[in-house]
Parts: sequence; structure tokens; C-alpha cells
Amino acid sequence: MEPTQQAGTGTRLDPWVDAYAARTRGLTASQVRALFAVASRPEVVSLAGGMPFVSALPLDAIADTVARLIRDRGAVALQYGSGQGDVRLREQILEVMAPVGVTAHPDDIVVTAGSQMALDLVVRVFCDPGDVVIVEAPTYVTALGVFSSYQCEVVHVPMDEEGLRPDALREAIAATRAAGKRVKLVYTIPSFHNPAGVCQGPQRRTEVLEVVTSAGLLLLEDDPYGLLGFDGTVPRAIRADESEGVIYLGTFSKTIAAGLRVGWAVAPHGVREKLVLANETATLCPSNLTQLTISDYLATQPWFDQVKVFREVYRERRDALLGSLDALMPAGTTWTVPAGGFYSWVTLPEGLDATAMLPRAVAALVAYVPGTGFFADGQGRQSLRLSYCYPEPERIREGVRRLAGVIEAELEVVGTFGSPTARAERPSASAPYTDLA
Amino acid sequence: MTNASQGQVVVLAGGLSAERDVSIRSGRRVADALRVVGVDVTVLDVDANLLGSLGEEKPACVVPLLHGAPGEDGAIRDVLAALGLPFVGSGPAACRRAFDKPIASSLVEAAGVAVPPSMALPHATFRELGAGAVLDAVVARLGLPLMVKPARGGSSLGASVVRTSADLPAAMVAAYAYAEIALVESFVRGTEVAVSVVEDADGPRALPTVEVVPDGGFYDYGARYTAGATEFFVPARLPDDVLSACAAAAVTVHRTLGLRDWSRSDLIVDAEGAPWFLEVNVAPGMTETSTYPQAVAAAGLDLGAVTASLVERAVARG
Repeated sequence: MEPTQQAGTGTRLDPWVDAYAARTRGLTASQVRALFAVASRPEVVSLAGGMPFVSALPLDAIADTVARLIRDRGAVALQYGSGQGDVRLREQILEVMAPVGVTAHPDDIVVTAGSQMALDLVVRVFCDPGDVVIVEAPTYVTALGVFSSYQCEVVHVPMDEEGLRPDALREAIAATRAAGKRVKLVYTIPSFHNPAGVCQGPQRRTEVLEVVTSAGLLLLEDDPYGLLGFDGTVPRAIRADESEGVIYLGTFSKTIAAGLRVGWAVAPHGVREKLVLANETATLCPSNLTQLTISDYLATQPWFDQVKVFREVYRERRDALLGSLDALMPAGTTWTVPAGGFYSWVTLPEGLDATAMLPRAVAALVAYVPGTGFFADGQGRQSLRLSYCYPEPERIREGVRRLAGVIEAELEVVGTFGSPTARAERPSASAPYTDLA
Repeated sequence: MTNASQGQVVVLAGGLSAERDVSIRSGRRVADALRVVGVDVTVLDVDANLLGSLGEEKPACVVPLLHGAPGEDGAIRDVLAALGLPFVGSGPAACRRAFDKPIASSLVEAAGVAVPPSMALPHATFRELGAGAVLDAVVARLGLPLMVKPARGGSSLGASVVRTSADLPAAMVAAYAYAEIALVESFVRGTEVAVSVVEDADGPRALPTVEVVPDGGFYDYGARYTAGATEFFVPARLPDDVLSACAAAAVTVHRTLGLRDWSRSDLIVDAEGAPWFLEVNVAPGMTETSTYPQAVAAAGLDLGAVTASLVERAVARG
């Protein structure tokens, strides 16, 4: 074999390195992503990923559904379908949205491969490079990935215990426009927020909507957890009170199964037409097999009773998390108290950096998602997200016990050196941790 | 086609270290390369099932490609030796010498290879003596800029370049997140190179020196494992006598530490052409962006054939 390289010529080991689009610049290997490869090991209590507890599903019933579907309707289930989604499923989605107050026509709905695809399509349809998307501080990690992939600028707006602050939102819109930039969307997760765990009350939703509509902007409402309030209360969607100025994103990932990859967007008709065309360009059509599986499930199974089962499962896990946080967290640690959903947002004692602390945590066999992953602008270093949806309660308690030890150890190290006011050279920003949504 | 060993080979990859992802990729690449040359290969992770699997597979040889402890600190090799399984690479004691950067540096320096001035400091030292006073002493002794890294580890995890005293506390905290002891070195400016060593019947020899030029200036984790983020020159753009000095330094490191089969030394060549030892790796990375496979290819060799020959050596050792 001949030597591969002439002396004096370099190689980057990637012949396409100069061909990639500018939007891929942030897609690099990162230390944090490397640590999450360890988090998948069973020895590690992972409080990182937002994986629903699908074991609580009636798996035998779903198996029967799929078998029957292929046996009796295989020629349809395994074939291409409508780019807008199965019409019967769209009708059923109206029933699914009834508890959150959203009323619409089946033609207003576009079924997508998870609400993640719906989010992607909305941004694809609306945002040019350089357009601004206003989001909460923090926000959903994979939404940031979408905004980045379309070269949007992201502006974060503070939240309080009731979520997005209308006053801060109004200021952010004004400031962004005063800087000569174009705001295209306001993106919000009003119910049981990922990652913050907070929930907008009715009055807050009204105020947020008023700010957005008076600014002539479109509100993108992402609602994966709306049915998972632990006390049985279902927050009324913002879309329930405004149809032209709100695009509503829903999903079956948390109420049925994430692996089926079925979500949807409810949009005004002009937007919906473009979303359908974009959906067809992206995937030709959503999966008939999984759409029909969900449709059959909704028709034959007590799906809302199953939602109540999930609520209990996640409530028990939330209680395990909060109880052990209360008992074990070092002084100076604070956290949100979620009334539903999957997550609590923890703020570490002063001086600690959740990203810097993660290697120590993984070595101690516990994992979380550092707060910086939920910001586009470097904020969040002192925070982290804990997910309680997947591990058994006892594992959650063990995980918090390990995390408490990690925080204590980190406090001791940081305390030795005082709170760092400067940072040593660090690797450049890399892609968000999209596999931890 | 090389003479592949008889019997099955197990490649160990993964483990619980922070370099698990790198190890999995290294293991997959070497396993694929071995299969191409006709070796029967199974890839196993290091977990509670490993010893049972090894008992069932009864491999002729094991190729540990675990990065970080316990793959490189000798622990897994102690276990393999206790099981009577031949394995490719350095023995347990040599691994312990090599994986501990302060120990490796002191031994290598005694053998005549230049080593940056350094201090190895456990966190307890700062706690007991007072961080401010110790940090002042560090800067007074080693100057600026500095390289701070965990005393045990790889892939630049926890490593930082420190250009001002104000940056030093954060760099120490970052290093201590990975290890109990932090190594603080005077930063040597120069050309960063990796010299891979392979052994055959004539002993260890260096493969072509690989020059590493990361876009961001620091060969950190992202630069190491993101294709396109670093430019490599093989052989390095250095005069022949300097290349010879680099090769000699790497072989000296390999011999001095008692390493076996393969290793990779990371060096900095200063403006005068002198190679300075930074660290050595007893389980060199074998990913798509790693330097060892590039050196093998530059030497006109095949990674599968090289690894298979090391397997044969290991089997012959018994």
C-alpha cells in the first residue's frame, strides 16, 4: 500500500469540509455529548432524558392493534398516504384537543412525524436567515436546534414562577425591532414547561396573547404536556381563544407513545396550506402505519383513562424527586415545583457551573442536562434540568442522593478557589443535545 | 493477506469512562479492520456480563480499546492476566506508569526526553494550604501561559489553556471534575505532533509523525473528534532531523515506561526543533479522526494487518 499523503499537504479527513452549509458550523463533537454516552449505561441513574414511561401502556392491546391493522388493512397501512395526514385521525385529534379547549376543523390540522417535525415545518415556512424567534429563558433544547438550523437569531425572555413574563416579552419585541431586526415568531411552551416545569395561569396566557397580537406577531404554542397535570386540571390552550394568531402544536408522544412519531399542527388556513406542502417535501407523508395505529387506539382503547394512568405514574415520580430534593439538596440549591409534565429546573448554589460539574456527576453515576443546553446565548450555567419521567421512584431517590453528593463535592472544590470570575479557554459552542429532548 | 491468529479475538470497547463514546468508535473501527483481514472478531463492552462472555467465547486474544480508566490504568489488564487471557498492549504495571501523567513525565524526563516543567497538585493541597497562596506559587514557578489538565485522563477532557492568573481557578475546578489530581504545566509553544509506535520482532519503531493543527488553536475534544475541525500533516512539516528526534523520543517513551505492542506519544516541537513530551496513550484512539490510523496508512500499512500481527504476538506470549 502506498503512503496516503504527500509531504507538506494537509488533510482534514473530510473531503466535504469546505462544502457544508454555514448553518452547520455549530455541529461539533462535544464533551457534554460524550458524557451522555455514559449516561445510557444501567449503572447510571439518568435524570437527563425526557423519555416517557411507555411500559405503562397496554402493550398487548397495541400489539393486537398493529397485527390487526396489517392483517386487515395492510395495503393501506403500508402505503403512502395524504401529505396532510389521515382524515379520520384528524377528526379524532379534535376530540383529543377538546380538554384543552381547542376547536377547529379537521382541515385545519396537519399531521406530522412528531410535533418536532411540525415545529421544523413552521420555522421552515416562516423564517429567513437572520429572522428573530423570541423564546422563553430557558426553552426546549431541540427547538433551539431547529431555530439554529434555519439560521434564526434567538432572543430569550425571562420567566417567573408562572412562566413567560408579558412585560419582558413586550420589551424584547420592542428592543429587537428597534435594533432593526425582524421578529417572526414567539415560541412558548405554556403548560408544564420543558425544561422549567412552570405553567402559565389563565390570566398570564391572556396577557401573553395580548402582547403578541398587539405586536402583530404569530404565537407558536407547543403543548406536549397539557394533559399531564397531576391534579387533573387541564390548562386551557392559548389557541382556544385565538385561532388566526396562534399555531398550536400537539403530539401523541407523551399521551400514547413517542416511538410512533405522530404529532400535529393546528394552523390558520393559509399557513396550513404551506405546512402541507412543506410536509410533503420533507417526508412525502406522515406514516400511515403509525397514524392508523393511533387512530385505532383512540377508537378502541380508553385513551383518556390511560392519560390518567400516566398522570399517576409521573406524579409518583415527581413526588419522589421533590421529596428527595427537599431532604438532600445542599443549602443554596433551589428548584421549581412542577404541577405536571416531566421536569424540574434546578438552580445550583452560587458559584457552581452545571456543565463543569457534569463529569463529576457521571463519575458518580448520575446524569442530568446542564442548563446551557436550553439557551442560545450562553446563559444557564448555574442551572440544570432534572427529568423524573422514566426511572422508578427508588432510582430517582438514589439519583438525587448521588447528585447531592456531587454538589457537595463541587462546592468544596469551588469553595477552595472562590467563585471563578473568569473562565479558562473552553471549547467553542457545539450543537444542542438533541437526543435528550 | 496477513497471517491472522487462529481462534476468535475479542475487542473490548465502551466502558464507563468519559471517553466511552470514543472507545466504542475505536473498537468498531479496529474490529472492522480485523475482519477484513480474516480475523473472527467479537466486540464486547465492559460490564457485569463481560467475564461470563469471555468464559463462553474463550477468545484466543483480547484487544482492549478502552480509553480512560479502567481501560488504560491497568485494571482491566490485571483481570485479563488473572484469567489467563492473552491481550494486545501494555501490561498492567506499564499502564499504571503511563496513565499517571506526572509519573510518566518524571520517568521519561529521567530518560532524557524534555518534559515541560509541571506541578501535580491534589485538591487537598489547595484546601489545606490556601488556594490563593498555592496558585501564586504555581504561577511564580511555572509562569504563564499554563496548561491545566487532569493527571489521569485523555481526549483533552478537563484540560484548559490558562493565559491569565484570573483564569486559573476555573481551570483547576474543571480539571478536578475529572480527577483528584490536576497537572499544571508550563505551556510550550510549538508544533503539536503525535507519534505512533508499533512493535514487531525487531522491537518498537515509530510510524510517520502526524502534525496536528486544530482550527481553534487548541486540540480539545471537539477538535479531536469533529471531522474537518483539524488539519493533519503526515509526515509533519518539520526538518528530517527533527522528525527523527520525534521518532526517537516516542520510542524512548515506549521503552522507558515498559510499554508493549502499540502506543502513541503526544509531543510539542519547540522553535528550536526540540520535542517535548506531553503524554502517552497505551490504547491509542482508532476513530475516523484519530492520528494512529493516519500514521499507519502513511507508513503504507494496513490497520487490520498491524493489529492482527499484534494479536499474533500476544498469543505467542501466552
